[in-house]
Amino acid sequence: MKDPDHLASPPPYPASSSQMTRREFFKRMGLLGGGIVVYMSVGDPSSWAEQPTDFNAFLRVGADGRIACFTGKIEMGQGIITSLAQMLADELFVPLASVDMVMGDTLVCPYDRGTFGSLTTKYFGATLRQAAAEARAVLIQMAAEKLNAPPDQLNVHDGQVIDSLNTNQRVTYAELTEGKIVERRLKQSVSPLPAYRHTISGKATRRTDAGQKVTGEARFTGDIRLPGMLYAKILRPPAHGATLRSINLERAEKVKGVKIIRDGDLIATLHKYPDEAQKALENIDVEWEEPELKVDNRNIFDHLVHSAPPAEIITQSGSMEAGLNLAAHTFESVYLNHYVAHAPMEPHTAVVQIEDQKATVWASTQTPFRAQQEVARTLGFEPRQVHVMTPFVGGGFGGKTRNQQVIEAARLARLSRKPVQVAWTRKEEFFYDAFRPAAVIKVRSGLDRDFRMVYWDYDNYFAGSRSSKPFYDIPHRRVSARGGWMGDGSQAHPFPVGAWRGPGSNTNVFAMESQIDVMAAAAHADPLTFRLSHLKDKRMRNVLNAAAEKFGHRFAAAPSRRGLGIACTDYQGTYVATMAQVKVDESSGAVRVQRVVCAQDTGEVINPEGVRLQIEGCVTMGMGYVLREEIRFRGGKILDENFDTYELPRFSWLPKIETVLVDNSDIPPQGCGEPAITPMGAVIANAVYDAVGVRVYELPMTPARIKRAILKHS
Amino acid sequence: MATVSFKLNGKSVELDVDEARTLLWVLRTDLALTGVKYGCGEGLCGACTVLVNGEAVLSCQTSIQDIRGTEVVTIEGLAQDGDLHPVQQAFIHRDALQCGFCTPGMILKACSVLSENSQPTQDEIIAAMDDNLCRCGSHVRIVEAVQAAARLMKGGKRG
Repeated sequence: MKDPDHLASPPPYPASSSQMTRREFFKRMGLLGGGIVVYMSVGDPSSWAEQPTDFNAFLRVGADGRIACFTGKIEMGQGIITSLAQMLADELFVPLASVDMVMGDTLVCPYDRGTFGSLTTKYFGATLRQAAAEARAVLIQMAAEKLNAPPDQLNVHDGQVIDSLNTNQRVTYAELTEGKIVERRLKQSVSPLPAYRHTISGKATRRTDAGQKVTGEARFTGDIRLPGMLYAKILRPPAHGATLRSINLERAEKVKGVKIIRDGDLIATLHKYPDEAQKALENIDVEWEEPELKVDNRNIFDHLVHSAPPAEIITQSGSMEAGLNLAAHTFESVYLNHYVAHAPMEPHTAVVQIEDQKATVWASTQTPFRAQQEVARTLGFEPRQVHVMTPFVGGGFGGKTRNQQVIEAARLARLSRKPVQVAWTRKEEFFYDAFRPAAVIKVRSGLDRDFRMVYWDYDNYFAGSRSSKPFYDIPHRRVSARGGWMGDGSQAHPFPVGAWRGPGSNTNVFAMESQIDVMAAAAHADPLTFRLSHLKDKRMRNVLNAAAEKFGHRFAAAPSRRGLGIACTDYQGTYVATMAQVKVDESSGAVRVQRVVCAQDTGEVINPEGVRLQIEGCVTMGMGYVLREEIRFRGGKILDENFDTYELPRFSWLPKIETVLVDNSDIPPQGCGEPAITPMGAVIANAVYDAVGVRVYELPMTPARIKRAILKHS
Repeated sequence: MATVSFKLNGKSVELDVDEARTLLWVLRTDLALTGVKYGCGEGLCGACTVLVNGEAVLSCQTSIQDIRGTEVVTIEGLAQDGDLHPVQQAFIHRDALQCGFCTPGMILKACSVLSENSQPTQDEIIAAMDDNLCRCGSHVRIVEAVQAAARLMKGGKRG
């Protein structure tokens, strides 16, 4: 598949153009005041092949003894500002408080493709540990020379190197670096510490950014203020594909202090106050030619099935024919999910300042290096003439990878010759969001006479194939996919679609784990035992058992009328089992999720509190797409423009959420920003079935859809 | 244009502004208090919440002329003499935030809730906070933090 299903990423950019030369790198380090520079010998995970292999990431031991960690990753709430610092502090034997995180700054941070896919801890974290281990070895080597003692006689503790035979003999990292740049290559490779030696990783640690975030000190892109800066508001079409028929700027020009810019398709009002710019924009008289409306959120699924490209086989084993022959009972289902918005609380924002032959950019983005490339291309600059900084990002969820607002700000900054801030309104945020794609999954599955799963034929339209390979023992199976989560170049979607927290997986786990329950019910088996009897994977069995223990209820063949549900998945190396209890109001169709238990094995846990926070966030956010969130549209016209019609989860929806972290420090840390959101569709659908004996195959399971399903059933 | 005076984070402010402008944008641009956030512009998300005379107000729905003579507190003015407000402390202590964009509004809303009802039940907190949106899903901890703040404030520290 063209869709890079192994990474929730935008189309890749050539990495080479953003790699720094060594000399350039040292020049930059000089700017920062020196320190020890440690080259990381990057482990080269195969899925990471397009990363530059030299200084993929690095750190600096400053003259003041503080440790700066440079990462192209960004902080958008997921908590890596804390967990990466924990990993680094552990390896260098320094207090967590002495680590400064420098994130998403293209001038000083190593190239990075972007922050998405729950990849930071798993890949960058491993690289960082390796670098820190090498830094430690370098510091020991330097201390050995200074203290005139053999390296193996030296220990590190609290930012110092200490002679173990004479503990008065010691030297701090700061004394060793003396502000100099020291480039050393290690002759022998060193290894990061084994998990059992970690003292900071593994310990519940409060977010290090909380202090700034509770006082208003935390800066987001929209909080950047520059002398002479103008706020720009851009004229938007009423629908995707609409073209300008006529425009009259007369009334808009009357707004005092406004500057109007027209450059081809870009028409904008600029003002020193954003609200005045908005007022001017609203005074533009404009007529649009709107394309004919054909597809909408009601007929979208038929449209998708008809416009799908040919199927690609994702996995296949056994024989479909043999499986079908063995199947004494077959089950055919079609699962649907609608378009879903990212809707981060912070809309897309960018600030661009152009001076001489240099552009300085602040952007709310998950892909600062991609933004650097794009701004360079827009302005006709080399990437090195563009410096992108990423302040705190107010939520991303996969939606802040495209940087349209950055390009707009760059164009307007050039045309106006002023620093420009572009901050989208909520309406623009809904209109230009690259939604999670609407998708269709057709499944045909079969049980043999002993009610064992023998047959699985799974056809995926436009969800993306992640998490679509069954992890159960099913001898005859085939999984195919048509189109990916970015549409795979087909023109099937009437607007852009893209990666959304747990891309592909939310849809696939909903379909797979619902279908498993369909078969468990037909086998008159309880859904936990049915799963366990088809599972060999130890990690999956462990999370299921851990969740069941915490959940406390004994599952019975559904529908047991108790509203208990179960779903599990493996997401890119993290295992999740979720159990839920729901109450369904049969007259209104409304679902009340009362309790959710989620057990997760994410390998070594760096920050237990951070992992729990991510799981709770996944469970809460997940209820949105499962119960309410659906983009309504007609053709290219997006009908949902704000939170009045597009409902996000609220306090009043809250179930009791309990998390179980299954200890597994034998395995390196895996990602945890996304996994727990992916079983939410199935766990609630299965619980609803258990409650009322009716299965809902379409997400979101709005009260109206549940009511309809109940009526149809009775 | 008109002159509007009010108290902002304990200090007197006098502005010459177009009276129809909203408190949100005057705070964010004219007064450079950027802790107050734009989230929806239509009073649907609570990110722009500030305190006016101790009560939570949606600054995107409030025109500057309506705050004449009032006392406005933004997130920047909540800590006193470097001491964080118990609600701020509780948010840090409980990790009751992720991206932090809704946080100023959440905290100020919670302050307003607690000033009306110093010992709210969990259900009362949920009902009172329901119109403040958080996309990251920190709700469980925000409720816990408000409860914890209520306990801290019971000790008589502030409220």
